[in-house]
Amino acid sequence: MLRYTIHRLLLTIPVLVGISVVVFLIMALIPGDPATAILGAFATLENATKLRAELGLDRPLIEQYFTWAGNLLSGDFGRSYALNRPVLDELLERMWPTILLAGSAMCVCVILGLISGLLAAVKQYTWVDQGLTLFTLIGISAPSFWLGLMAVSLFTVQLGWLPASGMYTPYGDESLGDLLVHLLMPAITLGLVASSVIARLTRTSMLEQLRQDYVRTARAKGERETAVVIKHAFRNALVGLIPVLGLQAGFVLGGAVYIETVFQWPGIGRMLVNAISTRDILLVQGGVMMVATIYVFFNLLADLIQHALDPRIQQSHG
Amino acid sequence: MVLLSFLLLSFGLTIQAATPKDVLVVAQIAEPKSMDPATVTAVNDFRILMNVYDGLVRYRSGTLEVEPGLAESWTISDDGKAYTFSLRQGIKFHDGSPFNAEAVKFNFDRMLVKDHPYAETGPFPLSFFFSAIKETTVVDEHTVRFRMDDPYAPLLSNLAYPTGLIISPEAVKKHGKDVGRNPAGTGPYQFREWKSNQHVILDQNGGYWDGQAGLRSVVFRPITDANTRVAEMLSGGIDMMVEVPPDNVATFSSNSSYALHEQAGPHLWFLILNLKEGPLQDKRVRQALNYAINKQALVENVLQNTATVASGPTPAAFSWAYNDALQPYPYDPAKARELVKAAGAEGATLTFYVTEGGSGMLDPVPMGTAIQADLKAIGLNVKIETYEWNTFLGKVNPGLEGKADMAEMAWMTNDPDTLPFLALRTSAWPDQGGFNSGYYSNPQVDELLEQARVSTSQTVRAALYKEMQRIVHDDAPWVFVANWKQNAVTGSNVQNFRLEPSFLLLLHKVSKN
Repeated sequence: MLRYTIHRLLLTIPVLVGISVVVFLIMALIPGDPATAILGAFATLENATKLRAELGLDRPLIEQYFTWAGNLLSGDFGRSYALNRPVLDELLERMWPTILLAGSAMCVCVILGLISGLLAAVKQYTWVDQGLTLFTLIGISAPSFWLGLMAVSLFTVQLGWLPASGMYTPYGDESLGDLLVHLLMPAITLGLVASSVIARLTRTSMLEQLRQDYVRTARAKGERETAVVIKHAFRNALVGLIPVLGLQAGFVLGGAVYIETVFQWPGIGRMLVNAISTRDILLVQGGVMMVATIYVFFNLLADLIQHALDPRIQQSHG
Repeated sequence: MVLLSFLLLSFGLTIQAATPKDVLVVAQIAEPKSMDPATVTAVNDFRILMNVYDGLVRYRSGTLEVEPGLAESWTISDDGKAYTFSLRQGIKFHDGSPFNAEAVKFNFDRMLVKDHPYAETGPFPLSFFFSAIKETTVVDEHTVRFRMDDPYAPLLSNLAYPTGLIISPEAVKKHGKDVGRNPAGTGPYQFREWKSNQHVILDQNGGYWDGQAGLRSVVFRPITDANTRVAEMLSGGIDMMVEVPPDNVATFSSNSSYALHEQAGPHLWFLILNLKEGPLQDKRVRQALNYAINKQALVENVLQNTATVASGPTPAAFSWAYNDALQPYPYDPAKARELVKAAGAEGATLTFYVTEGGSGMLDPVPMGTAIQADLKAIGLNVKIETYEWNTFLGKVNPGLEGKADMAEMAWMTNDPDTLPFLALRTSAWPDQGGFNSGYYSNPQVDELLEQARVSTSQTVRAALYKEMQRIVHDDAPWVFVANWKQNAVTGSNVQNFRLEPSFLLLLHKVSKN
């Protein structure tokens, strides 16, 4: 297990290097000039050229890349042009809201997805199954930002139950309750879409397990149906689902970009959207690197858990 | 959905508190960039800064005329080349350091003196507002003098602009580049907290020289999504929002729980025309464009009356310098067709730069397509190229030559000098560091603008600007389209609020009941 873990950890290095190259190139090659973005509408040719030189943007790309990557390794993410503050400060401030939102959405996703998938499989072809199928189909097809807008119009504007935006009530006490109230709508909206995929897969995977011989054996031995479903079938179905959960974590992180914008959640997703529009290159690069690292970490974690749960995989890796 | 509703019901009753008493929550359209007044350019940032800082002078409420601020009085030397300001005494910055002539000198030297020890806290994109100042001298502790090589009439109104706000030198020295996140001014409110993309909180400055502010605190929340901003306003999560989307204006104006505020400002939305090449070199075609575009329809239908039709290069908000004898070009497609025909430009194809959005650009894409349709009707084909704002600026500011025949543009300015001086003079062509991206050149206009700039008499300046407007109106280097009426919505419990023609948000006297 230790060898496998180290092996997997080492594999993430080329992945992250690859990501850094791609992110760097994309930001360097898209049109739009950070100097103009900083100077605003009053950017004269002369001032923009001067500022570009100050920012080092006139140097060869390859040199810029190595300077940036080298600084990154020593923990220096540079300074955001648009916000005029260190990128790392901004990222650290933004990371926790995103992790909180994505984490809650994952909880929603896992709980709703597994339970409804399980129910649908056990009650196959009944109205429960059909209802859940319809529901998950809507969940898969509806864009999360649209769901978000609908939720705001219903629960904020019409009913006045939930705040439409932000993480805390401004000037409030920043209590846990306040946070939960603000978290509810974005987390559920974000988790709902991801949970639909999990529900569909859980259903299929459960149905497959329920038809296996060991299930029949367990039932024949006279075990209670709940125990058969939960202890035997569900546990085995879960092993196949864990890598998908890892992927869904990535999906949720990606969806957070829209959801953070709709609900004005102060996370990395929204920061990236703003940073891209202001051509804040270092902030975008730093932000994407951080999100990518979190994503790679989730996948690694999913692999390791699956590895620990499934003896067959352990054997094949020694 | 049942589960969702259940979850929500269980929370339902305790939620949705109104905003706290004595605290005004203002929704902004974007996250501020910085709270260092010398480094920012966006009205969005200025709206916060005006409440934290004071300038030597300020605009008298409801006007664009200057009145004393941190300076009690001033004298202008007879040759117009030296301005001496007597400063108010006993004023302290929010960080406790004293406000005096040294502090004023520090502020201007930081922007203007290249080897100033704190020059690297820049860049200072609007420092050219003060580039006429050659030297700032401390006469005594409470007197400061600006010297210039030539008279420079817009100096006072530029000092009232947010770029002229005075920041505490001690704060700059202490925080360096990070001072934008740790601001200290002398204004009615002082900085308390800035959480990225959540809020900026200002608290009342107890010892404010011009009388205590009306609120305990002000919270500025960036809510970039217009729908969310409107939803928050409707649900009572915020007390004030600026830049109401045209589609939502009616919602608020017809509901007595809200007050809708409108105010015409010094804003011009226009088309820059390329005079260097192509069919628009011919004045008749340029005038034809002005006749062909149905500005009234643009203002009424696309902008839903959030703007008025522009008559010339100077907005009516500059009342003293505005030539009210000039009328907007009327909508007259027949005349336009005639002019195009006379110039032999029928069937020409024009490349038109349109932006997706940007500071003061209102609704640029629908406006661009409406203009395209109007020009099609008089026999001109328009090819639209759309760009994101920063890319757009990167293409337009260096000049349209070889790229496009026309481009959308909008300016908000503080002095009638600024826009024509930076965008209509011959020596403001892009290769000379100006914003005359359409290469307009008229020696008469150049002369009038130079004279207006060095004249210290407002009457003389007014006459010069009015004559300039007449010539530019006739030469039609631009299509003059619209002057934006800024708007804001407040809850009906917000007292003493008014929008300023300067587009700035002054909350000193505002209170809530």
